[in-house]
Amino acid sequence: MRTTTDSRRVLLETRDLTINFGGHVAVNKVSCAFERGTLTSIVGPNGAGKTTYFNLISGQLRATGGSVILAGEDITHLSVPARADKGLRRAFQLTNLFPGLSVLENVRLAVAARHRVGYNFWQRASRRRDITERAMYYLERVRLAHRADVPAAALPHGDQRKLEVGLLLALEPKVFMFDEPTAGMSLDDATVILELIAEIKQQKDKVILLVEHKMDIVRTLSDRIIVLHNGELLEDGEPETVIASTVVQEAYLGAAPAAP
Amino acid sequence: MLRALLSDDLPRSRLLAAILLAILIGLAGGPFLFEGSVAFRTMSMICIFIIVVASYDMLIGYTAVVSFAHMMFFGLGAYSMAILLRELGPTWPAAAAGLLVGQALSLLLALLLGLLSLRVRAIFFALVTLAVAYSFLQLLTQFYHFTGGEDGVRVRTPAELGPAFRLAESPWQGFNLFGFIGKVLSGEPVDEAWEQSFFTVRLTGRLLMYYLLFGSSLLLFLLMLRMMNSPFGRILQAIRENEFRVEALGYRTVLYRTASVVFAACFTAFAGALFALSTRYVNPETTVSFDLMVFVLLMTVIGGMGTLYGAVIGASLFLIAENYLQDLLRLLSGWAEGLPLLAALFHPSHWLLWFGLLFVASVYFFPQGVVGQLRLWAARRHRRRAAGAYRQAMDGSN
Ligand SMILES: Nc1ncnc2c1ncn2[C@@H]1O[C@H](COP(=O)(O)OP(=O)(O)O)[C@@H](O)[C@H]1O
Ligand SMILES: [Mg+2]
Repeated sequence: MRTTTDSRRVLLETRDLTINFGGHVAVNKVSCAFERGTLTSIVGPNGAGKTTYFNLISGQLRATGGSVILAGEDITHLSVPARADKGLRRAFQLTNLFPGLSVLENVRLAVAARHRVGYNFWQRASRRRDITERAMYYLERVRLAHRADVPAAALPHGDQRKLEVGLLLALEPKVFMFDEPTAGMSLDDATVILELIAEIKQQKDKVILLVEHKMDIVRTLSDRIIVLHNGELLEDGEPETVIASTVVQEAYLGAAPAAP
Repeated sequence: MLRALLSDDLPRSRLLAAILLAILIGLAGGPFLFEGSVAFRTMSMICIFIIVVASYDMLIGYTAVVSFAHMMFFGLGAYSMAILLRELGPTWPAAAAGLLVGQALSLLLALLLGLLSLRVRAIFFALVTLAVAYSFLQLLTQFYHFTGGEDGVRVRTPAELGPAFRLAESPWQGFNLFGFIGKVLSGEPVDEAWEQSFFTVRLTGRLLMYYLLFGSSLLLFLLMLRMMNSPFGRILQAIRENEFRVEALGYRTVLYRTASVVFAACFTAFAGALFALSTRYVNPETTVSFDLMVFVLLMTVIGGMGTLYGAVIGASLFLIAENYLQDLLRLLSGWAEGLPLLAALFHPSHWLLWFGLLFVASVYFFPQGVVGQLRLWAARRHRRRAAGAYRQAMDGSN
């Protein structure tokens, strides 16, 4: 177990975080601290509790035990929008967009969330060039600028996933949470996403949490890997060590470790 | 200029633009284009219900909040006006007080309703509004000393809005448009029909009242159009599309939905106050009945939800049908005299049957409402044109 975290560098921390769905403990006393400028991958088989762990951190689910601490402040009891305000943002595993609104409008809503213009009801939204330009910038980054005017529902799956990531970028969070961002994507689309994640990592002051099944991606991007299994934190450490560990080979990859 | 007035939310269909323009001109010149008290009443009601339906559309069409208490707020506005004019006398300050009290009560009640029950899922809010609206109806009939019960309240308006008030002594000339067309179609010489179609319009307080309605309706409609196309309006639409995600973006959706409920309530209460001044009589049936609530829902759906322009089309179509279908049937059954079955079907007393059929047909053929359908057609034509131009260009290059 890695315990040498520098408390000044820690941005996000969970302490004994637990949720009990009427007897089924989906996340069980997970304690973990995440430092600025690091990317941590969370791996584990389906049903291990990875998405639930994200839900507890971003607030969609309320913990039944333990706490979530952001920049030294206990935010366990804050609502979803209040946590989002503090810079805790996520992309969803199942695509979660505004299907009837245009691709551009989807991103504009995310940009507007940061500009706090929601209570402005006298100005024309179409006249907020600053917001539109910012939104177009993010659309370019996820290579969707040419689809700006079509409804989000009309995009193919891969583009919807890219838009999902575009929304997250536009929110400019301090903590990025990606839940299987490349699932079901073509290789080209996945590359776009992975390059973006690598760019975010360059910024050095962000915390990135990534749930990803493809081990080669995990290996190259991660500074650290934690393994969840049946809601419990099984393993935590450097990518190579964790991937090679017996417990991961058995629990996650479902195979005995390769003979040395 | 036009873009600013319409907040960059243009009709996006030539036919729709033409229909809207026709309605605008019809209502603006109304008292000088259509003769008779039925026409006058119909136009007044269209002006009032454009506000009512548009504000309901903000709620149900833009925010996807279902409320059955919309007409309760209309009644609150109407009764506040009626009762304050009764208590304070028929003066302008009393009318202003009536308007303000109606607004304040609506704001408070809507705020309470929103904050208490919008936290929970949509169906719960719908049920609560149903219960509250029902209680309000009961209160109106229970406290009859104050509200007049089923008999309602006769409204004494400021004298300037009454028929006895003269804006000018000499009357103006109006030109009966449909009378003229009817006469020409039935074979009268054009010049005779032309001469007979002029009628006198007396410039009374009723006319002033009408233009007060028309001006308010136009102004409030443009205001709502602006609100729905502002950053605030965009968030309401996003809530309709995916409320869960709006929360995740960091917006406090309860506040936005409550704001939507409050705005809708205040706009419709404003319309209620105008209604009291214009009809000079309010009772539960004409202001807060559930029949009326269903009619408003129909107008919203027929016009096209989430478009606001739909409110103009829906209210106009519905109220014209309601007021003129019997006349049309009388005409048809006259023509069908030789055919007993048809004549019976077209008998004016069966107007409600035809009314119902008309609306079933409209919902069947225009599932997106009139405005939605017209825009769909326009978009399709646009695409076909673009494709045609593309093919031509390709042929040219070969
Ligand atoms: N809202 C919920 N209510 C009850 N059980 C849930 C709920 N959400 C998740 N679970 C359960 O918690 C476990 C972990 O699920 P999840 O976090 O989605 O796994 P993962 O993302 O690792 O595949 C699963 O057994 C799942 O059925
Ligand atoms: Mg998951």
